[in-house]
Amino acid sequence: MIGLIVRRFIQLLLLLLGISFLVFMSMHLAPGDPATVIGGPTATASDLEAIRKDLGLDRPVLVQYVDYLGGILHGDFGYSFQTNQSVSDAIITRFPNTLKLATASMVVAVIIGIIAGILSAMKQNSWIDISSTTFALAGVSIPNFWLGTMLILIFAVNLQWLPVGGLSSPIYTIEGMKQLILPAITLGTASAALIARMCRSAMLEVIKSDYIRTARAKGVKQKSVIWIHALRNAMIPVVTVIGINFGGLLGGTIITEQVFAINGVGRLMIDAIAARDFPVVQGTVLLVAAIFVIVNLIVDIIYAFIDPRISYD
Amino acid sequence: MSADIALNENKTKPPKKEKYYVQTIRRVLKNKLAVFGIIIIFIQVILAIFAPLLVNYGPYVQDLSQTKLGIGAEGHFLGTDNYGRDMWSRLVYGARISLIVGLAAVGIGLIGGIALGLISGYYKKLDGIIMRIVDLLFAFPGILLAMLIIAMLGTSLVNVVIAISIWSIPGCARIVRGSVLSVKKQEYILAMKSVGASDIRIIFKHILPNCTAPIIVFATMRMATAILSTAALSFLGLGAQPPTPEWGAMIAAGQDFMWDAPHMSIIPGIAIMLTVFAFNVVGDGLRDALDPNMNLDM
Repeated sequence: MIGLIVRRFIQLLLLLLGISFLVFMSMHLAPGDPATVIGGPTATASDLEAIRKDLGLDRPVLVQYVDYLGGILHGDFGYSFQTNQSVSDAIITRFPNTLKLATASMVVAVIIGIIAGILSAMKQNSWIDISSTTFALAGVSIPNFWLGTMLILIFAVNLQWLPVGGLSSPIYTIEGMKQLILPAITLGTASAALIARMCRSAMLEVIKSDYIRTARAKGVKQKSVIWIHALRNAMIPVVTVIGINFGGLLGGTIITEQVFAINGVGRLMIDAIAARDFPVVQGTVLLVAAIFVIVNLIVDIIYAFIDPRISYD
Repeated sequence: MSADIALNENKTKPPKKEKYYVQTIRRVLKNKLAVFGIIIIFIQVILAIFAPLLVNYGPYVQDLSQTKLGIGAEGHFLGTDNYGRDMWSRLVYGARISLIVGLAAVGIGLIGGIALGLISGYYKKLDGIIMRIVDLLFAFPGILLAMLIIAMLGTSLVNVVIAISIWSIPGCARIVRGSVLSVKKQEYILAMKSVGASDIRIIFKHILPNCTAPIIVFATMRMATAILSTAALSFLGLGAQPPTPEWGAMIAAGQDFMWDAPHMSIIPGIAIMLTVFAFNVVGDGLRDALDPNMNLDM
């Protein structure tokens, strides 16, 4: 197990290095001169030259990359072209909102997905199963930005039960919880659908296996069969889906933050893309991608813990 | 007598074997959801092709005296938007944009993915480097990779096509590589090699045709993702720009008028949902029909 973790960790470091290189080069290959963005339309040629020198853009790209990498290791992601604010500070200020949203969505997705999946498998071909399957199919087809808009229309505009957007209040207050409900449902629905689908098929497969038949033949109660014997084995593929989805949810926050006007990393990224503020784009993309691969590593390790039969050799 | 013999010969003839694709189509058509999906896609294709014949107003024609008319209004059965543009017309032209963008993005992605997958699976020496690049592209949540490419190229619908194509490449490459690895171990491939067939001939004539099943399923499901992602990127202002009648951009435009004209957001949203649903269920149906155990690690 330790060997697996060490091996995966080395692979992770190489992957992170590759990601940083790809992101850095993408921004440098982008058409347009950052000096022009900073200097504005009135900047003269000498002004632009001075800006380039000041930012170190006159040096070879690889030197700039190594310099950038060194900065990242010290928590320095550079400075925004637009606001001159430190990218690290901008990310630190906004990341808690993104994390809150992704975590709340995951909780919604796991609760709804697992319950729907188990009920669906236990009552195969019943109305519960049909409803759950329909939900799973619809859930992956609904655009989340549209679902969010519709939830706002129903619960915020018409019924006025929940706020339209924002995530300004602390999560432990009633207002904070209220602000989180609609974005979490918006973002969590597609993942809930995938988890429900995976959980249903995994449960059906396990329920049909010999050891479950043996447990039933020995007179074990239905509840124990499902919750103690079947669920643990059925959870193996479900955990993978949950893990992969958490990474996906981080990507999804970008859209949900925009719909609900939440000041998170995703919104920061979109504003930066629109303004061609490359240091901010680099920093935010790098952060989300890094979290994505780290979560995948954790899932891999959890996977090996849950099922000792799994070997990554 | 001779007629009797002919009759007996006919009787003893083994039944004509159905072609593989006919069997597949037959199996897909048994799946009710897949049939529903095919009907929706067919309707959308008809709308996209015959768009000019199906509308009374152009998608860009404004009538400021008829703004924000609701569903069922006279002359505009799906209402109008805030500029008095006919919603039905914009919806129909939006179908055309969604299909063209989806087909272009998936087509380009497939060409890249198939090429990389074939090379990676067939040539062991190149496998390591290609798969590491694929792993690197997989390290980004899909929409993030698309955004990175758009950040690099700028915001436009063409750049969305490029972004979604690149996003599709690693998934397709991995699937094709997997198929190639299993097919190239088959005896008939070894036989082809032993009689001196060229690599190109073996790859395109004998390996690729045997990889088509997972590629077809991938392409169908990818259409759903491509249409959804195009709409999402346009919604965020990174794809189609106003006044283009793109569904995602239409939802974004409708957000400001949810109080008095909710149909501006509702109608394009339903269109996206139905289209994505259709491609998903057809993809599911095709997968079940071609090979229920097919593993599509996208």
